[in-house]
Amino acid sequence: MIAIIKYNAGNTCSVQNALERLGYETIITDNEEELQKADKVIFPGVGEASTAMTYLRDRGLDQVILRLKQPVLGICLGLQLMCEASEEGDVSCLGIFKSKVYKFPNTEITPHMGWNDFTDLKGVLMKGLKKTNDVYFVHNYYADLSNETTAVCNYIKPFSAALEKDNFYATQFHPEKSADIGEKILKNFLDL
Amino acid sequence: MLKKRIIPCLDIQNGRTVKGINFVGIRDAGDPIDLAKRYVQEGADELVFLDITATIENRDTLVSLVDRIAKEIDIPFTVGGGINSVEDVSRIITAGADKVSVNSSAVRRPELIREIANEFGSQCVTVAIDTQKTKQGWKVFTHGGRKETELMTIDWASKAEELGAGEILLTSMNNDGTKEGFALEITEQVSEQVNLPVIASGGAGVEKDFEILFNTTKATAGLAASIFHNNEIHIQDLKKYLKTKQIPVRCK
Repeated sequence: MIAIIKYNAGNTCSVQNALERLGYETIITDNEEELQKADKVIFPGVGEASTAMTYLRDRGLDQVILRLKQPVLGICLGLQLMCEASEEGDVSCLGIFKSKVYKFPNTEITPHMGWNDFTDLKGVLMKGLKKTNDVYFVHNYYADLSNETTAVCNYIKPFSAALEKDNFYATQFHPEKSADIGEKILKNFLDL
Repeated sequence: MLKKRIIPCLDIQNGRTVKGINFVGIRDAGDPIDLAKRYVQEGADELVFLDITATIENRDTLVSLVDRIAKEIDIPFTVGGGINSVEDVSRIITAGADKVSVNSSAVRRPELIREIANEFGSQCVTVAIDTQKTKQGWKVFTHGGRKETELMTIDWASKAEELGAGEILLTSMNNDGTKEGFALEITEQVSEQVNLPVIASGGAGVEKDFEILFNTTKATAGLAASIFHNNEIHIQDLKKYLKTKQIPVRCK
């Protein structure tokens, strides 16, 4: 059973559809017991960082996420909320990853929207991927690079396209919207 | 490097794909899911579904279609047509669409753009602009191009950006259906004016039209309907062609 964290900024539907296409059973929940019981947990997200953090803290979900022991995958805003802090609403986040989240300078076209590639691939999530593979991004904020970065994307500046630390994994792009390449990355996670 | 996007558009009526010839003689052209799947196979980067009837009675049909599309399709898609309120957006997004496009309703009540952006994020809001060159310059038209407004296209694009639009879908009525190429002048003006992704639409006839679009404007995407639909241009061939012209595209 794969649990998808239910909160106020989750685009749970697309993630759920993608997992079901791969033949997995899913549950969308904010219940700690149900989350702990799941084989894997996905933390999706589309929305605004400080609003989402307030929601998670008000319900104690921030602590629930930090206590999870099984593989957890953050996607898009999920990745950003797993970082140290975000410039969006100037909020401190979960602090799983040491990266900080900044806004792209608006001297260039933002959001960073569309298919882009990555370099410096490492870690288990990006296993079997190539630099020429494209995945789908849509975001105005980015996580900076650290030694937890497992894929680097370059748009305006280099940023973390993927991060890994212990049982926590995250992608700035949307694997659930990235056709066959995205499916491969989801499978890498689900096979952990 | 960020790739230029190739986006097929599907016109929807009562949950079916339709093909119109100069806005008249609309005929049934099959199940949208079948066509959408074909486009995904061919390497489309995103899809746009435009409900051209968009009456209240057809809302449920559209929502259930969006739900079916979301289950089958693993690339992003936008849904437009008759979206008038945050509630409309909520139903479409909850059913699984990634973005909505608003057109006449946003011209009538620009605050709608801000309301959608606040609730779902800017990346969810595509502002579709139908434009035509008049004696006073490029102006905004609504109601499927039937109604001229007082708005200049450049000003409206800026206003949309200010209100929180995440993307502009710019359709030139002068070029639409001509197959003589995109409207480069207004596309360039709009894409220089705003710092948003701009999708150019209307006028694509041959592969070279996309090359010219991407080489002469800052548009980040090109949209077309009938040329893809009728197999006049195969998306995979188009991308191979663009790649040989050093235009960054995603090839499967």
